[in-house]
Amino acid sequence: MDVSKQIVSSSKGIYEEILARRKPNMKFPLRSLQNVKYDPKKGYFELKGRRKERTLTVNTVKTFAQTLRMMALSKELVETDDIATKREAYYVSKNWEEARFNEQDESDTVMDDVEAYFSVNREQLGFIPEEKGGEVAGKLIVVDKDRDTGKTLKIDCTRFGSGAYSIPIYVEHLKFETDAKFILAIETAGMFQRLVKHNYWKRANCVLVSMGGVPTRACRRFVRRLADDKRLPVYVFVDGDPYGFGNIYRTLKVGSGNAAHLNEYFCVPQATFMGITPDDITDYKLPTHPLKEVDIKRAKDSLKNDPFILHHKPWQNAINKLISMGVRAEQQALAKHGLNYVIDTYLPEKLRHTEKFLP
Amino acid sequence: MTAKKKKAPKPKKAAGTPVRPRGGQVQLDMFGEGAAQRRAGPAAAAPASQATLTIVGEETNKAKAAKAVKDAAQLLAARQREISVSEFFTKNRHLLGFDNPQKALLTAVKEAVDNSLDACEEAGIVPEVNIDIVQCSPGTGALRSKNGNGHAPPEKGAGGALVLRADDQARSADTKNRLPRDTAVRFKIAVQDNGPGIVKNQIPKIFGKLLYGSKFHRIKQSRGQQGIGISAAGMYGQLTTGRPMQITSRIGDGKPAHYYEIQIDTRRNAPLTLVDREVEWDPPHGTRVEIEIEAVYKKGRRSVDDFVEQTVLANPHATIRFSVTGDEPRMFPRVTDAMPKDPVEIRPHPYGVELGMLMRMMAETSGKTLRKFFTRDFSRVSPRLASEICEKAGVAPEMKPHKVLPGQAELLYRALSATKFMAPPTNCLSPIGRDLILEGLEKQFKADLFYAVSRPPAVYRGNPFLVECGVAYAGDLPAEEPVTLYRFANRVPLLYQQSACAITKSVTQTSWKSYNLQQPRGALPTGPLVLMIHIASVWVPFTSESKEAIASYPEIVREIRLALMECGRQVSAHIRRHRREADAMKKISYIEKYIPHVGIALREILKLSEKQESKVVETLKDTLQRSRLKTAGGE
Repeated sequence: MDVSKQIVSSSKGIYEEILARRKPNMKFPLRSLQNVKYDPKKGYFELKGRRKERTLTVNTVKTFAQTLRMMALSKELVETDDIATKREAYYVSKNWEEARFNEQDESDTVMDDVEAYFSVNREQLGFIPEEKGGEVAGKLIVVDKDRDTGKTLKIDCTRFGSGAYSIPIYVEHLKFETDAKFILAIETAGMFQRLVKHNYWKRANCVLVSMGGVPTRACRRFVRRLADDKRLPVYVFVDGDPYGFGNIYRTLKVGSGNAAHLNEYFCVPQATFMGITPDDITDYKLPTHPLKEVDIKRAKDSLKNDPFILHHKPWQNAINKLISMGVRAEQQALAKHGLNYVIDTYLPEKLRHTEKFLP
Repeated sequence: MTAKKKKAPKPKKAAGTPVRPRGGQVQLDMFGEGAAQRRAGPAAAAPASQATLTIVGEETNKAKAAKAVKDAAQLLAARQREISVSEFFTKNRHLLGFDNPQKALLTAVKEAVDNSLDACEEAGIVPEVNIDIVQCSPGTGALRSKNGNGHAPPEKGAGGALVLRADDQARSADTKNRLPRDTAVRFKIAVQDNGPGIVKNQIPKIFGKLLYGSKFHRIKQSRGQQGIGISAAGMYGQLTTGRPMQITSRIGDGKPAHYYEIQIDTRRNAPLTLVDREVEWDPPHGTRVEIEIEAVYKKGRRSVDDFVEQTVLANPHATIRFSVTGDEPRMFPRVTDAMPKDPVEIRPHPYGVELGMLMRMMAETSGKTLRKFFTRDFSRVSPRLASEICEKAGVAPEMKPHKVLPGQAELLYRALSATKFMAPPTNCLSPIGRDLILEGLEKQFKADLFYAVSRPPAVYRGNPFLVECGVAYAGDLPAEEPVTLYRFANRVPLLYQQSACAITKSVTQTSWKSYNLQQPRGALPTGPLVLMIHIASVWVPFTSESKEAIASYPEIVREIRLALMECGRQVSAHIRRHRREADAMKKISYIEKYIPHVGIALREILKLSEKQESKVVETLKDTLQRSRLKTAGGE
């Protein structure tokens, strides 16, 4: 159903409740890791169905009013085919007098609530993030459309030289042409630059994607669509630390707890973890840094609460090993053995044994 | 300040030395000790060094040395002489509260007012006290004598030999460090009461002799204790201005009023009467004391104004009029006509005596036997207990007290501490009382909450005491500053040495956070709170003669804390009630604030008409109000 129609129909329900002198309420899926389950057959985090109820009372009247106004804004955006960034939406609220948001955090939360309430993607509500989607280089032609003429545009990702193609915020309409063998998703822009500079994609016949930390929804969706479309394996190359495992890789593969209602689309179940693994640290004698307290806490937390980690024994072993080693190693630590050691030795060696990649 | 610089070697009175009901022993000993130190101090050092020099050699040298020692002793003997109490205090005036010109003014006023109030209360007269502070130009005496007697100022040079200049060092430090307007100028302090007056013959001794008074040798709650204060104030005036004290007093209708001008002969600690004559004076009875001193007058904390305001608070039965040169006179009419309960004089409690005192009491008693002595001269000692004491000490109860040997006295003393006695009687205490504390606070502060508690009497070292506490909270009181703490001992405000006082310690040791007040570690709590704490006792254990801080006896601290906790609970309840109300108000304002936005949003989404929108808003407001009332009612 059209989002604006959904907004109208639920508002109508609230309107009728009020006139009937009852206190209206809205039910939102609880957005947290506690409310997701992991089904490896489906390959992503799914909502468990726990909900929070927001009844309109004296205590909730502010958030309730803000939620409704956010819905009104969304409806307007959808109907006029306009968009607003999350930041812009926050500024729009500044015109709502007492109902304005004081910080963007507050408006983001309400926006996420609305998104979850209608089980839609925020882009469908007319809201877009400011964040960049990620960058792509390598053997890929992205087929897009010219906004003005409607003509097909073919973007050749081999022809950006030392630059790269930027993943747009909305990727549903894109089509792909490629004969690459796999997709390599990289955590840091630095490592991506090195591989682009030396045309690694040519040598390995692959598509390189820079995630720049935790991958954005657009980035996840882009990789997913490309991988589905062209049946490509996705290999992930991140830092060897709890953040790289639990936040970056896990979010790419199965989605996040916060936007669990959307994970079905924003996940890459075919992704596997190439490195840096705890074994790599010892095998390649990588220079390390000690784990910080937050790292250890994050690692222990994921061992206890993350349904994905809980499902995969190899991951538990890897994380336990890292904790017992008490160290972490960055991707760029490979430079110890020479700047291009990663291209000449590490990647070829690893890629020879993709069956050893972590799930 | 300069006080520290000129501090003479402080006579030993360690904090641990308890001040006894008859603390006179301790205090007089103190002078002896101080004098002994002075006698022995410099001289003892000199011959010692001589001796080490001459040890070196032969017979002749030894003989010489022996002679030198003898000579030194002779020399010392020539210098050794008695030191009078007055001389001692001339040098150690900080012990009496005259450490700087600002404090001197306050102390002088305080001593005079204490005496006036004590005198009135003993005579059962509702006190009316008049305080005038007049600035005079130096050298010419009072600008205008206000007493209407028209006495000429005494001739210059009267007793001039006795006039000592204030410490020169202190003086130059004063002028260097202070702004011109702060430099000490001359003031004439006049305090007049409607008390019973003073018998003619006693006037010179009371005002011209230190340690002369009526209140020392008894166990009864009063402001004055030692008989030092007013004469010390006079002495300070004499030191700084050379002027004698002027006293006018009449003891009753029909009797003539007497006017005296008195100086203190500091060498002899004896009064020197300069003028003594009958005068015309309107009041039927009462006393007027005038002292001219060099001082600094300032407003604010620890000012004379502060003292007067606090005195009013603790003495709701007194009418006080107060005027300072340049200001409108201030009138503080009494809050109540009821005189405070006249405190009863009690006999010492066995737990409150020391060996020396016990021996003196036995020597002086009129009791024929030890048993009689114990039952008559002490409180709470029954004949049975008296026999028990004697039995424990192995001394016959029929023995004549003055025949008791020192060894036996010690045994008796031990037996006293090993015997159980009832707590001393407490009718000797005269509290201000809950109601009057409340009334006083309400009169002086604009606050939302007033509360007061008057604790039952308790005992420390055989001395009965009781603690009272009053609080004023919120209203116009400043919220961001440390709380205002008013300390009182026997209705006298304590303005100095706050941090050394048991009261302050008790306040800082109380955990105010549990009463919803903020409190920095180890400090007074912060908030719009006035704390008034009064300790009434037959003998308040001050830490020094200037009576500025109370010693921290555990029993006293405990009582203060109990009183504070009771007040704290009230304050806390008030704060919580206030927060709840504020919360409820906030929620009501939520309804007003945010429901219109529910209306706006629904109008925008559903394209409602304005009429429909306002209907949504009104209906929703109504629904929420109702449910709020329902839940509030159900609480």
